[in-house]
Amino acid sequence: METSTVIVDVENVRKRFQGATVLDNVNLQISLGDRVAMMGPNGAGKTTLVRCILGFYHIDGGRIQVAGHDPVKERVEVLKSVGFIPQLPPPVKLTVAELLRFVERSSGTSAEMIAQKAREMELDVVKHSQKPFFKLSGGMKQKLLIAIALARRSRLLVFDEPTASLDPRAREHFYEMLQAIDYEHAAIYITHRAEELAGLVNREIYMDLGKVVDDERV
Amino acid sequence: MKNLFLISYLDIRESLRSKWFYVYAFVFGGLMGLFFISGITDSVVMGFTGLSRLLLVFMQVTIVILPIFILITTVKSISGDRESNILEYMLSFPISLKEYYWGKFLGRFVTVFFPVFVALLVGVLWGLFKGGAIPWGMVILYSLLILSLCLSFLGVAFFISTLVKSHDVGLGLSFAVWVLLLAFIDVALIGLMMQNRVSDGVVITIAMLNPLEAFRIGAIALFDPELTVIGPVAYYLLDTLGHGFLMLYAVVYPIVVGALFAFFGYALFRKKDLL
Repeated sequence: METSTVIVDVENVRKRFQGATVLDNVNLQISLGDRVAMMGPNGAGKTTLVRCILGFYHIDGGRIQVAGHDPVKERVEVLKSVGFIPQLPPPVKLTVAELLRFVERSSGTSAEMIAQKAREMELDVVKHSQKPFFKLSGGMKQKLLIAIALARRSRLLVFDEPTASLDPRAREHFYEMLQAIDYEHAAIYITHRAEELAGLVNREIYMDLGKVVDDERV
Repeated sequence: MKNLFLISYLDIRESLRSKWFYVYAFVFGGLMGLFFISGITDSVVMGFTGLSRLLLVFMQVTIVILPIFILITTVKSISGDRESNILEYMLSFPISLKEYYWGKFLGRFVTVFFPVFVALLVGVLWGLFKGGAIPWGMVILYSLLILSLCLSFLGVAFFISTLVKSHDVGLGLSFAVWVLLLAFIDVALIGLMMQNRVSDGVVITIAMLNPLEAFRIGAIALFDPELTVIGPVAYYLLDTLGHGFLMLYAVVYPIVVGALFAFFGYALFRKKDLL
């Protein structure tokens, strides 16, 4: 593997919560061009691993580098390269306009680009701009979060069950938009439904009991 | 720095749409404004001697309600966002923890301090409108005392907010801190004093380490420089500290306490898992 293209480098990572080992010497490298489906049963450590990669958790051992930076010590540098969509849209109390302003000012993504991505998913951002984000329907919230993540043109996209709140039509739009991404990037999809991602992913990682138990190219 | 002000701005906008803010503004702005208006005009313009009693009631209201309001509304700032996964999403953008934490702190300070301060200004303007002489020194000192109390409890609230993972635990802890500072310490110290186990100086020193007590003494001293309403303890305080230093202490000490707790909170925020 060429080290120059590695965007995520996880080396012997251990994480414990209240005495329980959640990540047990995990080793993983994700390169630009990888589209990874991360699977495994509940409690396997998928979300914990992603949260460590995003710098939300302090690891108990090992090393993580994202785009050549430590996610905890250099979180700003790391997060410039990352677009994240959580499993459930958080009940953010900002209006849509305020949320877009936050995204625009913090990450330099233009609100117009976000609006354009949202339109591709049949969501009119302007119409809902003065509504509090948490008052949008579940599907609309998820569409907006997807639009924000894709508009940021991040080198690493991290999706935690991104289509959970979407109807079948919106899912189709989402998959089309993913296939239309025209720049070099890597993506991690945490999912329980690998069949839905067929054609989108080129690598499947299976985790169980805090370990990577299977990692294969598809 | 631009992200710090962005977070503050958004926090203020969010607070201005919240029901708690309107209740807060109504309870404190209205109540304090009314108390203060009647207090200042009655004492300075008309020279009522019964003012100290009225002001004591007013201070009791402030002492009892302001800290618990600040604690309850602020403690959810970090812990509530953490519990509802808002923190996870907002911190997935490239902003530093320093900007996020202190931006939240600044935003929340503005929303808890300004309603009270604006009510005070309205009182002053009303006094001016009625043609009375405004005791500006007293107004400025009182503003500083309120600012100091706000900062003190904001610091404690942010510390609790980062310490706990659950909003409910944060609320419980806030209530415990409030009751402890409001009554339990005093009750315990009165017990100690009655048993004569430790010197009165130690008891008074411990009492004055309570920022709520520092505010109470400072507020009383504003209107009653001889501190007659607190009895013999007044002699000890005024002989030991003097009126000027006592006022300085009443303003600066709670700010120091608040700043220390806020910094401890920030250290925890950085060192602990964010979620």
